Amino acid sequence: MHTFGYRANALLTLGVTILALMCAMASFSDNFNLPSPSAQVQVLNVNWFQKQRNGNDEVSLTLNISADLQSAFTWNTKQVFVFLAAEYETTQNALNQISLWDAIIPSKEHAKFSIHTTNKYRLTDQGSNLRGKEFNLTLHWHVMPKTGKMFADNIVMTGYHLPEDYR
Amino acid sequence: MGWIGETVDSIRSIQIRQLLTQAVSLGMIVTSALIIWKALMCITGSESPVVVVLSGSMEPGFKRGDILFLHMSKDPIRAGEIVVFNIDGREIPIVHRVIKVHERQDTGEVDVLTKGDNNYGDDRLLYAHGQLWLQRHHIMGRAVGFLPYVGWVTIIMTEKPVIKYILIGALGLLVITSKD
Repeated sequence: MHTFGYRANALLTLGVTILALMCAMASFSDNFNLPSPSAQVQVLNVNWFQKQRNGNDEVSLTLNISADLQSAFTWNTKQVFVFLAAEYETTQNALNQISLWDAIIPSKEHAKFSIHTTNKYRLTDQGSNLRGKEFNLTLHWHVMPKTGKMFADNIVMTGYHLPEDYR
Repeated sequence: MGWIGETVDSIRSIQIRQLLTQAVSLGMIVTSALIIWKALMCITGSESPVVVVLSGSMEPGFKRGDILFLHMSKDPIRAGEIVVFNIDGREIPIVHRVIKVHERQDTGEVDVLTKGDNNYGDDRLLYAHGQLWLQRHHIMGRAVGFLPYVGWVTIIMTEKPVIKYILIGALGLLVITSKD
């Protein structure tokens, strides 16, 4: 009964079980953190606004984004992925969600930021519906843990009204 | 030599009834693994509930060898979610983040664009030729949980099949020679 094989097996099983239990507990402890981030965004300028050759509207914006996501960090957080999305409805589409800017926040020290940027991804519509369109700007964040369950949430911020004409 | 001789003797000394019991217990191990996998498929609604990350396109969030737990519910797909999708003509599924969503008013169908966090551009270059958007049927599931390093076991086994056969052989020998 007490051969080397049995002892090695028992040790391995115990080790793996304890590791799994610790991972589960670390992930579970994230539930006790109730983050209360704050964010503000301003559209400073419409750089260009045109109809592409394929008939889709495209806009380029200059944005000022400031946010404080420090409360989203816990001891089990590896990084927080944050992105700003434009969300609007058209007659064709019930929902259009377009990511304008994103960033990876590696640690709590970098979680309070203010950035001045143009949109990183093209804000293009499926069709030509953007003239005079009102859209919501939403800041989403996605907490990526060291181990366990991932969390995501968002803040809907003040919207923006696009100009009536191309420029 | 003594150890090998004893082992050979112990294999010879196995009676039919003992052989049957061992065959049954081996079958139990295999079937219970299958039951767990199929049960996970039912619970998560995804055809592969666990995937291993193979590329570095989502670093530093997901590294090669990490595993992801997938869930596929009826909930609509939204920007920011990490989805696992299959491209027609590609064998290996890809794990990337959704950056654009267009959901139809009448049919509820979605057009989705993805991008790897660590990649410079979006995934249109990875899609099939001329494909601009992913549809619902391309998506196998969304990632809900994460466990680091565990996937290295499968990566090593698929890349070095010798290790796999040695492991299976050793386990088989253990089952055959154990006397309980």
